[in-house]
Amino acid sequence: MIVEIGHFALILGLAFAMVLASVPLLGVQQRQPLWMELARTAAVGQFALLGLAFACLIYAFIQDDFSVKYVAANSNSQLPLIYKISATWGAHEGSLLLWALILTLWTLAAALFAKQLPPTLKARLLSVLGWIAAGFILFILITSNPFERLLEVPQEGRSLNPLLQDIGLAIHPPMLYMGYVGMAVAFAFAVAVLMEGKMENAWAHWAQTWTLIAWAFLTLGIALGSWWAYYELGWGGWWFWDPVENASLLPWIVATALIHSLAITAKRGSFQAWSLLLAILAFGLSLLGTFLVRSGVLTSVHAFTSDPSRGVFILVFLVVIVGAALLLFSARAHLVTQQRAFKPLSKETLLLLNNVLLMAMMATVLLGTLYPLILDALGIAKLSVGAPYFNSVIVPLTVPLALLMGLGFAAHWRESRAGGLLKQLWPVLLVSALLAFVLPLLLLPDLQGWAVVGLFMSAWIALSALQWLWQNRAATNSTGRVQRRRILGAVLAHIGFAVTLAGITVTSLYSIEKDLRLAPGESYSIGDTRFQFVGVIQKQEHNYLASEGTIKVYANNQWLTDLHPQKRTYLSQAMPMTEAGIDAQLSRDLFVALGEKLDGAAWSLRIQYKPLIRWIWLGAILMALGGLLALPSGRQRRKESAA
Amino acid sequence: MSPLRKKRLYTLLLLLSGVGLATFLLLQAFSENMMFYFSTSEVQQGKAPQGRDFRLGGLVVNGTVQRDPTSLKVRFDLTDGAANVTVEYNGILPDLFREGQGIIANGRLNAEGIFMAHEVLAKHDENYMPPEVADSLKQAAKNVPQPQQATP
Amino acid sequence: MKKQWLPIAVFSLLVAFLAIGLTLNPKAVPSPLIGKPAPDFTLPLLNQQTAFSPQQLRGQVWLLNVWASWCSSCQQEHRLLVRFAQNRTLTMVGLNYKDTPNEAQAWLDALGNPYSFVVEDQNGQAGIDWGVYGVPETFVVDAAGIIRHKFTGPLTQQRLDNELLPLLNTLEMTQ
Repeated sequence: MIVEIGHFALILGLAFAMVLASVPLLGVQQRQPLWMELARTAAVGQFALLGLAFACLIYAFIQDDFSVKYVAANSNSQLPLIYKISATWGAHEGSLLLWALILTLWTLAAALFAKQLPPTLKARLLSVLGWIAAGFILFILITSNPFERLLEVPQEGRSLNPLLQDIGLAIHPPMLYMGYVGMAVAFAFAVAVLMEGKMENAWAHWAQTWTLIAWAFLTLGIALGSWWAYYELGWGGWWFWDPVENASLLPWIVATALIHSLAITAKRGSFQAWSLLLAILAFGLSLLGTFLVRSGVLTSVHAFTSDPSRGVFILVFLVVIVGAALLLFSARAHLVTQQRAFKPLSKETLLLLNNVLLMAMMATVLLGTLYPLILDALGIAKLSVGAPYFNSVIVPLTVPLALLMGLGFAAHWRESRAGGLLKQLWPVLLVSALLAFVLPLLLLPDLQGWAVVGLFMSAWIALSALQWLWQNRAATNSTGRVQRRRILGAVLAHIGFAVTLAGITVTSLYSIEKDLRLAPGESYSIGDTRFQFVGVIQKQEHNYLASEGTIKVYANNQWLTDLHPQKRTYLSQAMPMTEAGIDAQLSRDLFVALGEKLDGAAWSLRIQYKPLIRWIWLGAILMALGGLLALPSGRQRRKESAA
Repeated sequence: MSPLRKKRLYTLLLLLSGVGLATFLLLQAFSENMMFYFSTSEVQQGKAPQGRDFRLGGLVVNGTVQRDPTSLKVRFDLTDGAANVTVEYNGILPDLFREGQGIIANGRLNAEGIFMAHEVLAKHDENYMPPEVADSLKQAAKNVPQPQQATP
Repeated sequence: MKKQWLPIAVFSLLVAFLAIGLTLNPKAVPSPLIGKPAPDFTLPLLNQQTAFSPQQLRGQVWLLNVWASWCSSCQQEHRLLVRFAQNRTLTMVGLNYKDTPNEAQAWLDALGNPYSFVVEDQNGQAGIDWGVYGVPETFVVDAAGIIRHKFTGPLTQQRLDNELLPLLNTLEMTQ
């Protein structure tokens, strides 16, 4: 019964989305303020209904209602409660429902916090969000209904993929979707502005705020995914350039460019068309990511079970939504364009250049992800584009990006003088260069070229951001708390980027990885850290059997810790899983994974020493915090809209 | 030139240089890092490159997995149903590596025609077959002579 | 200005490739053997000395079900097959794929045996001949020894009712 209520709520939600998609738009056309006002009511109703539907699905999971096909396929009565709940969005149907729920949440938020936008723009924006919601709910109902019942009720569920029985994965998709779907607000904004046919600078502030929130979630979501892959996929990599990872990175890159481009539009009234294009692109790439993951055209470790009809639907959806937006852009972008003069050396130019670099990165990743598909489609060859391709393009593009970031902080709007910049930046330059040489010499085993480059970039970004903060301390005090928060947020986010960059540099260059064959009692040393293999015992846990190894770790012959990597076999599925044993510190991770049992009592083991790997995710957290800190408060927004 | 035109020109130049740099890096990276996929039949027919990495896929032939007793070196045969290729790998095999399972190995051929793998991949799904492998099995099945039609 | 149309042009091109890519769905693997004579094999029956060959079944419609005790989705399918075998007289051959006789026997003892013949394919050679990609798979062979259909993955009640039964009925009618 509860399940039917959920199903019905979803259908009713579709009706509300359709109202939202049509009535406010008609209201704008017919100049009927009441019709436009209806958007708010529809947004509230839409969210409430989707929330109800999702709650019903969670309830079915908690109750082990295996008469529901989706529950039977993805849960098991043996599952701990927390994973029963997270199983709700662990597979295709439920994760789409979560997607739709989050979309309605964003729509509701946009409806409530868009007071400074003119009523027509607001009505159009909410209608566009209604279109997207209607499309998605329709998609769920037609191809992927999670409320479908089974004629014959199984005794027990099939359980979910043991890979997914993990707290990291329980919170990873909601985070990621908050980011993905949040791009829909910027997208709807761009479309609404194009319909409106004019753009005011204050609106750019509004759009930037929403993009920042979505971007912060996306940053966290990607970092969580990377962290999860690191400890759960078993082998210590933190980024694989897997299509699914790329699908989340693409909108992130574009959103990063969009935040900066909107800053120019808001502050200087330039780049309107470019900002709008980026907003369309960011959401378009989110949808493309969804298409790639769900349709099965690309295969990857994370790919969901594929079904061609789903692929067709998403592709049609992509064509309708993004195609219409791009057509509108082509026809009307000239209406919103203004030109404000700026010199070749100015903050504008530097930000624009970084936008270009970011777009080049986006194109690289997109091409690398789609290239195998394109060649296969043309029947030329079957090939794969591996990590070396991405690294060899992204790394050289990061160097100018980082250099320009430092310059961008120091440069002035409209016009900067090279002499002035140099005068201001030479201490930063000097200290960064010094750090880049001295730190590896002191702390790292040897001096490598790329380490110097990477650490120089990190120091350069962080120090120039701090210098900018110092210079703006006066301005900060006079314009009050809000401005200070914006500046602090921007500085924190850039320092976060520097931290991630340093982590990536050091981890990539100085990690030590060793595959070994060890018998009980034998040890292996990396530097002055000694790993002694004690042996493997069998363990029975709640829903799996495990072979658990014990490795005693000694630093300078002092006992440090015991690591317990596991090889698990889940009872409901016959596949083995590797759980690594990790000793994490800010400066380094020690990582041990069990391979397989060889003859006698010997096992194959992978032992890794990964310096600064935590910095990668720590930096991402700082970036997200910085993004959220930079959000304007309500008072600020009202002031800006009044101006 | 008017300031506006001048600005446009600079913008254009910047854009072009950015795009140019990216394209150059892209092409460079592509030519060096593309990994083509070959089936075991293609390897046996000499179609696979020498001295260059490629991907080899197939089913692990039953009873061919041999381990070196003192190291992590392992040897096994891959097949697409029509031809076998011996693969040598030094390292830890993935959890789902089993005899009869479809896998993909990245590496290159040595002088004796043994495929020296530096990476072995098996997907985390017991019923999964890498699409390339499925495809080459299909190809091989087409080429294998059909079983004799029995008298009706 | 013309450059405004660039995004939509690039987008159209991308969509075209994605659409082609969709038609090439790499996971849908139609069997090249459908409509072809079933590959022959001679293999021992499970835990018996007698050999079995598909030739023996010439003249009747039969099913070849590929299964293994290490395959968890086979377990679900198996319950269905047992019930199916009770309700309908049909020759069902179980190809026990890459399994050990003891484990296979234990499985059949525990879950029931729906098969008329259980054949041991320990090294999987017959499986390769039949183009088996994964377990379970089910082939429908007609009276002339031609493979008429293949089910990849576990059979469900739905597939049984909507696809298998109608096919069996037409095949047996024309016999």
